[in-house]
Amino acid sequence: MIIRFFHQMGSPRYFYNVAGKLVPWFMVSFLITLVFGLYYGLFVAPPDYQQGESYRIMYIHVPSAWMSMFIYVVMAVSGLISLVWRIKMTEIVVISSATVGASFTFLALATGSLWGKPMWGTWWVWDARLTSELILLFLYLGIIALHSAIEDKRVAARAVSILALVGVVNIPIIHYSVEWWNTLHQPASVTKFDKPSMDLSMLIPLLTMAISFKLYYGAVVLMRARAEIVERERNSRWVQELVEQEAK
Amino acid sequence: MSTLSLTSAFSLLLKRDLVLAYRRRSELVNPMLFFVLVTAMFPLGIGNDPKLIEAVGPGVVWVAALLASLLSLDSMFRSDFDDGSLEQFMLSAHPVSVLVLAKILAHWLVTGLPLFIVAPLLAVLLNIPSSAIPTLMLTLILGTPVLSLIGSVGVALTVGLRRGGVILSLLVLPLYVPVLIFGTDAVKTAIIGIPTTAQISILGAMLVGSLVLAPMATAASLRISLS
Repeated sequence: MIIRFFHQMGSPRYFYNVAGKLVPWFMVSFLITLVFGLYYGLFVAPPDYQQGESYRIMYIHVPSAWMSMFIYVVMAVSGLISLVWRIKMTEIVVISSATVGASFTFLALATGSLWGKPMWGTWWVWDARLTSELILLFLYLGIIALHSAIEDKRVAARAVSILALVGVVNIPIIHYSVEWWNTLHQPASVTKFDKPSMDLSMLIPLLTMAISFKLYYGAVVLMRARAEIVERERNSRWVQELVEQEAK
Repeated sequence: MSTLSLTSAFSLLLKRDLVLAYRRRSELVNPMLFFVLVTAMFPLGIGNDPKLIEAVGPGVVWVAALLASLLSLDSMFRSDFDDGSLEQFMLSAHPVSVLVLAKILAHWLVTGLPLFIVAPLLAVLLNIPSSAIPTLMLTLILGTPVLSLIGSVGVALTVGLRRGGVILSLLVLPLYVPVLIFGTDAVKTAIIGIPTTAQISILGAMLVGSLVLAPMATAASLRISLS
């Protein structure tokens, strides 16, 4: 049953159809959680006792930073799957995720720097987390550059998968070496699950935004994957039939 | 072909690469010259205050080593790719990762080891105290092979590309960060006079780890680049 599901999902045509049905659901739930999370975060949640109102950028910053790492792991896992089992769809997931991941990384850096100006008095410090996030951005850009440089897209996808795997082995090493090197960023306040050092009224919008960003990622990846499928399979019969139907 | 044992295949390939490098002696000197030149540019750029030069010295040597290693990476598989011998390695009965390791070792002996040899000279130029020079050399001899090993993956991925050079630096430099951090930190710590066992051990661990993992990733990447 499960094997059959994966087998079917591995077929571009089946994936295209299922993804097409899923996208609106992802989009709608993304919008709902986004509106709820933003409203709760920007209007309902109380101001911070130390940072006042400017802490509210956290509702974008922290989920973006989470997404930047989450997407890289997704890429590495699907890269591994596509190298081992040669599944076309996971290759497409790797490629489709790269630009979204890079955007979230950039967003995390940009919002962090906007927050840093009033709080730390500077746009940028060479602190451990900022630096590893910057390096993560470079890793994403390397993946995007390599993919666009190789003309045969199937070869490109496999090359990129290897790069993502090499990167994921290195990310912890980079992270801890940078941490050793210097640190100024405050420690994570949510991952202490036994007793989060954050009030529930701030935690709820933060987690809502995190879910919202994940839904957005899901929607975008599926949309990009569909576009990629149609481009790759443009010579196959079902795509040509699809195009003819659309033309009518 | 199948009668050739793995060790003799390894040493043959190593010998072949070293002979090839020796025949082109000018290319042999280039990374070393580049290393010295880049390092000499820094005092010109930041001014001749001895204190300042001493403070940035370890970092400058390591950044120059990174760039020198990056510059020479492209030659690792280039000629073998152009004349088709790389495809022959793929077809051989031996594991590609071992053959790749021979090529990386040859490449390091030709481009990494010279950096190690000129490093004391640069240390003197950059006011690094002589007590810290052994540490600098130790970090270089542990760190530069890591650079070659990590770099080999990037080269293998870009060897088939026409404009691989810029992409190569984008792929490889972020992965060099840990080596840079621990290499520089060890030298800085040695200048103050504190034991550097921790940094040296971590560099050693990185060497062992990349020695095991990088040849496999490089072999897989070469297969993809040649497909």
